[in-house]
Amino acid sequence: MTREELLGKVKAQLKEKILNFYERSPRRVYITVAPEDAFQACRFLFEECGGRLATASGVDTPDGIEILYHFVMDGQGMVLTVKTKIPTREDPRIRSIATFLPGALWIEREVHEMLGVEFEGHPDMRRLLLPDDWPEGKYPLRRDFKGVEG
Amino acid sequence: MKRTMIPLGPYHPLLEEAEFFQLYVEGETVVDMDLRIGYQHRAIEKLSENLHFDQVTFLVERICGICSTSHPIAYVQALEDIAGVEPPERAKYIRSIVGELERIHSHLLWFGLAGHFIGYNTVFMWAWKYREPVLDIFERITGNRNHYAVMKPGGVRRDIHPDDVPELLRMLDELEPKVKMFVDVALDDPVLHARLKGVGVLTREDAIRYCALGPTARPSGVAIDVRKDHPYAAYDKVDWDIVVMEEGDVFAKAAVRLLEILESIKIVRGCLEKMPEGPIDAGLEEVPPGEGIGHHEAPRGEVFHYVRSDGGNSPVRHKVRAPSYMNIPTFKATCIGQSVADVALITASVDPCYCCTERMMVVRDGKGRTMGWNELVRLSKEKTERIKRELGMEEPNWDLPEVSFRRGER
Amino acid sequence: MSIFTKALKRSIWVYHVAASPCNNCDIEILDLLTPRFDVERFGILLVGSPRHADALLVTGYINRHVAPRVVEVYRQTPKPCVVFAVGTCACSMGIFAKSYNAAGPLDELIRSVDPEALIVYVPGCPPKPEAIISAVVKAISAL
Repeated sequence: MTREELLGKVKAQLKEKILNFYERSPRRVYITVAPEDAFQACRFLFEECGGRLATASGVDTPDGIEILYHFVMDGQGMVLTVKTKIPTREDPRIRSIATFLPGALWIEREVHEMLGVEFEGHPDMRRLLLPDDWPEGKYPLRRDFKGVEG
Repeated sequence: MKRTMIPLGPYHPLLEEAEFFQLYVEGETVVDMDLRIGYQHRAIEKLSENLHFDQVTFLVERICGICSTSHPIAYVQALEDIAGVEPPERAKYIRSIVGELERIHSHLLWFGLAGHFIGYNTVFMWAWKYREPVLDIFERITGNRNHYAVMKPGGVRRDIHPDDVPELLRMLDELEPKVKMFVDVALDDPVLHARLKGVGVLTREDAIRYCALGPTARPSGVAIDVRKDHPYAAYDKVDWDIVVMEEGDVFAKAAVRLLEILESIKIVRGCLEKMPEGPIDAGLEEVPPGEGIGHHEAPRGEVFHYVRSDGGNSPVRHKVRAPSYMNIPTFKATCIGQSVADVALITASVDPCYCCTERMMVVRDGKGRTMGWNELVRLSKEKTERIKRELGMEEPNWDLPEVSFRRGER
Repeated sequence: MSIFTKALKRSIWVYHVAASPCNNCDIEILDLLTPRFDVERFGILLVGSPRHADALLVTGYINRHVAPRVVEVYRQTPKPCVVFAVGTCACSMGIFAKSYNAAGPLDELIRSVDPEALIVYVPGCPPKPEAIISAVVKAISAL
C-alpha cells in the first residue's frame, strides 16, 4: 500500500468523522476526530492499516485535555497522529483502546496518572510511575500543578 | 497445585525505568506476573517545560546513560520537524556515526550481561573488555565516555577531526574479528543452543499486539527499523541490512543483537568513507509555534519524542517514549508458562540490564525467605550446568576460572 | 584509631545503591570490575547485601519512591561505613533539582538519620572510573 492509497483508505473509512485533516509534511499527518470517534479511528488504523501505536501524548489545554495517538506507519514511512480533545478538564473521560491493543495498557495508565483522564473499559487503572503515597487528585502534567504540597 | 507469589525487585537500577515484578508460580512454572515501575521516575517531561529548547537537549541526554545519544537525536529531529530545518549533510553523517558507535557499545554491554546470567562469566569479562576501545573512541571524538553532548537542534555541536578518523577505523578493524568470534562462539555452542532455544518465545502476533520495538520485535519476524522505514541522518546513504529472525526466542534475540553490531560497523565505515566536508550546523535559532515528532532507532528500539511549541523559549509539552516502555510489557507474553530459572534470562533478553542485586521474597505458607537476584542467577546457572552434564560436557577444560563478579556469593 | 576503622581500611567491600540514576554512573561502576580497571586486585569487591558492605556507592538523585529505601539500606550497613555520592546527581541533584519527584539531596537524607555519617563526593556526569577509584583511595587515606 502506498502512502496515497493509505490516506485515501483512511479518508474513505472515517469520512465526515475527520474534523480536520492536516498534512504537515509527507512524513507527518494529523487527523482530528471527536473523542467518541477516537476509538474507532484507532482500531481502524491498527487493524486495517497496519499502524503501530508509538505512544499517546496527553496535553493539558485551557479548554480541555487533548489526547494524541501517534501511529507509526512503517510501510509508508509516515507518522499518522489521531488528535482528539476532551472538552472538559473536570473528570475527563474517553473510551480505552487497550481493550484491543495491549500495547496501550501502560500508555493509558500513564496518561491517567499524569493528567487525570479516565479511560473507560481499561482493565487496570493503577498507578504506574508516581510513588504510592502520591496524593489523589494531583496531576503533575496539568498546567495548574504547583508541586506536591502546593 | 499451590500458587506461590514471588516478589522480585523493586529496583533494577540499570534500566531507566525500574520495575517491581511479582511472579506467580505453581511449582517451577510461572503462571502469571505483574509489574510495577516508577522507581526511577524523574519528571523529565515536566522539567523540560521549564528549560530552554537548547537546555532540553542535555536534559534528554540524561534520560538514559546507555543510549544517551538516542534521545537527543529524536528530540532535535522533533525540533527540526517544527521549524522545517534540514541539518547539513556532514552533520547527518556525524549523527549516524555517533548513533551506531553507541549501538555497538550497548549491544556488547548487553551480550556481556547475558553471558553473566547464564553462568558464562568469561563472556561478561570479554565483552566488556572489547567495549572499552569504543568508549575510548567516544572520549576522543566527543570528549566524554558517555553523555556525548554531540546533538544540537539544526546540526551537531562537534565535528569529527580528520586526525581521529584513522583511529576510529583502526578500532573498528580490531573490534570486528572479536565480534565475529562472539558470533561464532554463540551461534555454534551446543550449550547455548540447549539453554536458549525455545525459551521465552515472543510470537509475531504478540510482538505486533504489544507494539514491541527494535531487537525485541525483529527476532520475532517483525521487520521494523526506523533507520530503514523512516530514513533520517545518513542511514539511507550507506549500505546495510536489517537483521530479522523468525523464532522469537532468547537465542534469536541474542543472535540479532550480535549480528547488528556487525551491521553497525558497516554503517560507521560507510559513513566515514562518504562523509562530505562542509558546515555542521544549520543554525536553528528560534522554534516557531507548532508541533513536531522525532524518532530514532536506539539500541533497544524506537525512541519517540513529541514536542509542542507556542513560539516561546521552552516546550509547552514534551512527550518522551523510551523503547523499553513498550518492550517490558511483553514479559507478560513471554514469561508465562516458563520455569523460574528462565525468567532472569527472558527478562534480560529484552535488554533491561539487571545487574545490581535485587531482593526477592519467596512466601511459602506465610513464612518468608529472602532471596537475592543472585539466587535467580544461580538457578539459571545451575540449569546451564545441568544441560552441560546432559550434553556430556562434564568439566569443560576450556572454561577459564571464574574471574569476578561474584558479589557476596562467597 | 579504633579496631573497626583499622579493619575498614583493609579490603573495602562496596554495595551499589541505585537511587533513580540514569544508568550511566552504574555502568561506570560495573566497568570498574571488568578487565580494564579490575578493582578486585585492590580488594574492592561489589557485594550483594548492605550487611556485608563497608561502603555504599549511591548513584542518582533521590526520588520520593526510593528515599525511604536508601535510608533503610544505610541503617542496615554496619558502622563505621563510608557513603560515596557517585555522580553529580547524588552530590547535588544536578539537572533534576527542581523535579517534583525529588526527595532531597543525598547528604541531607543520610545526615538526618546519622549526623556523623562520612560522605565522599565524586562529582562528574558520569565520573570517570579512574575518578571513582581515586575517591575510594582518598577516602581510605582520610580515615
